[in-house]
Amino acid sequence: MTNKIDPALRLEDFQKRIQIMLWFVMICLGILFVRFFILQVVFHKKYSTASESNRIAIITTPAQRGLIIDRNGIVIANNFPSYSLEVTPSEITMSPLELIEALEKIIKIPTKDRLQFLRSVQGSKKTDNLSIRNFLSEDEVARFYARRFEYPGVEVQVRYFRDYPYQELGSHLLGYTGKISIKDKEKLMAELEEGAEENSSDDFRSTRIKGIQHVGKIGIEQSYEKYLRGTVGFNAVEITAGGRVIRNLSVTPPIPGSNLTLAIDIKLQYLIEQLYQKRRGAAVVIEVATGDVMAFVSMPTFNPNAFIDGIDADLWKQLNESLEKPLFNRPLRGTYPPGSTFKPFMALAALEGKYRTPSQAISDPGFFQYGNNTFRDDAKNGHGTVNMYSSIALSCDTYYYILARDMGIDAIAKFMPQFSFGQLTGIDINGEVRGILPSKEWKRGYFKDKTKGKWIDGETISIGIGQGYNSYTILQLAQATAILANNGTVMRPHLVKVIEDPLTHEKILTVPSESGKLDLKPENIKTITDGMVGVNKIGTGQIPFAGTSYSVAGKTGTAQVYSLAGKEYNAAQISEFKRDHALYVGFSPAENPKYAMAIVVENGGFGATAAAPIVRQAFDYLMINKWPGGISEWKSVR
Amino acid sequence: MEKRPLIRRLQFLWAGLDPKLSFILIALLIVGNVTFLSASSGTLVSWVEQGRNLVIALLIMWVTSRIPVKWLEKAAVWIYFIGLGLLIAVALFGIIKKGARRWLNIGVVIQPSELMKIAMPMMLAWYFYKREENTRLWDYGVAFIFLLLPTILIARQPDLGTAILVFAAGFYVILLAGFPWKFILPFVVIGVIGVILIVIFGDTICAKGVNWPILKTYQQHRVCTLLDPSSDPLGKGFHTIQSMIAIGSGGFWGKGWMNGTQTHLDFIPEKHTDFIFAVFSEEFGLVGNIVLLILFFLLIQRGLFIAASASNLFTRLLGGSVTLIFFTYAFVNMAMVGGLLPVVGVPLPFISYGGTALTTLGLGTGILMSIHRHRRLIQT
Repeated sequence: MTNKIDPALRLEDFQKRIQIMLWFVMICLGILFVRFFILQVVFHKKYSTASESNRIAIITTPAQRGLIIDRNGIVIANNFPSYSLEVTPSEITMSPLELIEALEKIIKIPTKDRLQFLRSVQGSKKTDNLSIRNFLSEDEVARFYARRFEYPGVEVQVRYFRDYPYQELGSHLLGYTGKISIKDKEKLMAELEEGAEENSSDDFRSTRIKGIQHVGKIGIEQSYEKYLRGTVGFNAVEITAGGRVIRNLSVTPPIPGSNLTLAIDIKLQYLIEQLYQKRRGAAVVIEVATGDVMAFVSMPTFNPNAFIDGIDADLWKQLNESLEKPLFNRPLRGTYPPGSTFKPFMALAALEGKYRTPSQAISDPGFFQYGNNTFRDDAKNGHGTVNMYSSIALSCDTYYYILARDMGIDAIAKFMPQFSFGQLTGIDINGEVRGILPSKEWKRGYFKDKTKGKWIDGETISIGIGQGYNSYTILQLAQATAILANNGTVMRPHLVKVIEDPLTHEKILTVPSESGKLDLKPENIKTITDGMVGVNKIGTGQIPFAGTSYSVAGKTGTAQVYSLAGKEYNAAQISEFKRDHALYVGFSPAENPKYAMAIVVENGGFGATAAAPIVRQAFDYLMINKWPGGISEWKSVR
Repeated sequence: MEKRPLIRRLQFLWAGLDPKLSFILIALLIVGNVTFLSASSGTLVSWVEQGRNLVIALLIMWVTSRIPVKWLEKAAVWIYFIGLGLLIAVALFGIIKKGARRWLNIGVVIQPSELMKIAMPMMLAWYFYKREENTRLWDYGVAFIFLLLPTILIARQPDLGTAILVFAAGFYVILLAGFPWKFILPFVVIGVIGVILIVIFGDTICAKGVNWPILKTYQQHRVCTLLDPSSDPLGKGFHTIQSMIAIGSGGFWGKGWMNGTQTHLDFIPEKHTDFIFAVFSEEFGLVGNIVLLILFFLLIQRGLFIAASASNLFTRLLGGSVTLIFFTYAFVNMAMVGGLLPVVGVPLPFISYGGTALTTLGLGTGILMSIHRHRRLIQT
């Protein structure tokens, strides 16, 4: 087909097509205009914000964690500077994995650190400094600097780490700090949100959290985290796309955390821990008038320094699988049958409830028959005629079997809670357990099943001597003893005395005013105290407490771990972990008491031989400042 | 003292340069240089280099404007076939850089596809001019063969951006030469529907493991990141996200010259070349953009006017095509920086830095001026 056309017509067609193209051009430019209008006017705010957050980076400065100081000014948790190898992701020239391999040639990087670094690289911002290895030796630092040019983006920084100079000493009360976990972060975020200032955004909060690398994981470090941690400082800087800092926009310096002064006497703590030797157990010393916890011993201990930069997997496994349970906070969470140490409180209950008078006596044949069950006394042939004084001093079981029967479980369960048996003492670290104060109600709740959950009267009998379902923490026992020693005035036990702001020196005292006064007759308390003094004069405690220049009221206890089912107890024949626990509670001086103490030596055998001697040494130190010969002297820095 | 005679003696320098076109060009070049200065943070060193490129480009323009269009007509076939030959040579012995075979070493390293941007419209304009008296339908078929041969060679290098520009340059000629609308409309309709479908089903076709026919993986990736730049914020999407932030944060009045934070803190990639529009837009805002859009519109309007009033079909087609190519460059670049089109290496005419681009532009404007200058000399 030919398409021959008149040139004039052709020109006209051409010009028409040019016209159409001009319209096409206008439409396209119109689309661009609309696009620019949308970006620059409609969404201007969004992009403006994006450009601001592009250009401004926040560099956080960690705050110095507060110190922890014992009651005499000895620093037991501080911070020490150490070299850290840190990486700025935006400046490295190789992949993170290659970087690790390259660095490995001069500095050893353990698997734990590798994994942690690789995890932190994801989700990091350009200007972040990510630690790849902490605690470099001088040697390693020197080796790195010699070849530094090979590793752009890698720097050695001085960072502060938590240090527990006395290693294992008091590890359970101090606890430890560790690297912040995702869970910790979520908790912190929620905490900050609660106390949020008006103009703080989510971004602001997450920035503050980003500056926190370590948090208290357990013990005082955890419970006083918000005081200890301080406030992260930050610099707002203008950065390039490559992460290079151009200039400072604003600087907010970090605020160091508050220093804590403890109620703990670290020398006493050291002494008691030493006295345990290789044995396990728990001991708590309370200053009666104030509720100051002066020693808070859990044996065995562990070294909290192992945790500060993330614990090594092998060590963690070892600590967790050890039969000795070194990570278990015994005074706070370990519950034990109190054994005979329960008797003074039973006696007091009897007096207050008018079930007994002090002089009322029984005849002890060496056993107590209840229904078909025979309850044996320690002394095979009995203690003869026993009144309240001798029942405590000689630890007569039969007296308390009968007393328990006469009182019944309800009266016991009603009297004991005021001494914090089966209750939280309210001590200032997390994780305290209640133990078990047996009662009908408790048993119903515990067994769920109706028939199994029904209280059997026979069960009341052994409750009287601190056995049966009785199960308390040593902290509760110490608190009960302290309340008794304090004539019924209840002081909440606490480990931390003072929280001091390091800048303003403003002090917050944590010592509570008395939190309760029990309605007890002074003469009844006197009777019990006399009995407890008798323990150490004529009774089970006379040998360990022979020749004290001060008076001590106390009570020994031996708690069965293993039911003998009527057989003779022979310590040599049963495995160590099934041996009886040795307990002791006491206070000194007997008149106008100052210190109360409770202790258990797990599987230690008799309270009089295993537990009481430790209490004697502790009281010697407290009362007459006498240091026992067998224990090496306290050196303030080790 | 002897001012007037001197001016008169120098008059040959600007005689024949279209004043309106020159005025628009000067305005665009001022915008370009002001932006370039900001993009290089006020350092004059690279600006001097850009100035040198500019002088060369203006020289090329001046020389070209003096060349009689008759010569262009005669050279068209030669240039085209030399270009085609070079492209075949590239396909056979080309130098591979960054996975693409685009360059040829003939003593100096050249990129023949650049030459095709001018050679293609010249060749097709020449062809239709030759067939002016009795254009048949199959003439368009022949034209398409001339068009597709180099386009496919360039696309296979691969260099989709240049291939599209070369194709567009030739297609404009075919379109202006009277290619029946009935053949174009279906493609326009399919194209529009296609774009709408891609936008709607973006999530599905960009899902992992989906491979598109014809396009290379990286090309598919570009389209996908365009649909959702945040899918790859630090990789391919980074350019688009950052340039959109630059434009958007500029707002109505802009942040002011030298005050663009996106620019000066290096968030804008290729800020001297392909993404210089983001720099301009951040610092001069919507107001600046409107001015620039108007300048480009005036340029195209003037170019099309020159084409419409040209003396013969060859110059008409060539002028129209060259002008529309300017428009295509400008549109594709601004749409790409604004996040409307995938990232392809297309500079913004007269604004972007770069010797090659300026040379091509000098040649193009030179041709337009020559066409205008010789419009009355040859009357058919």
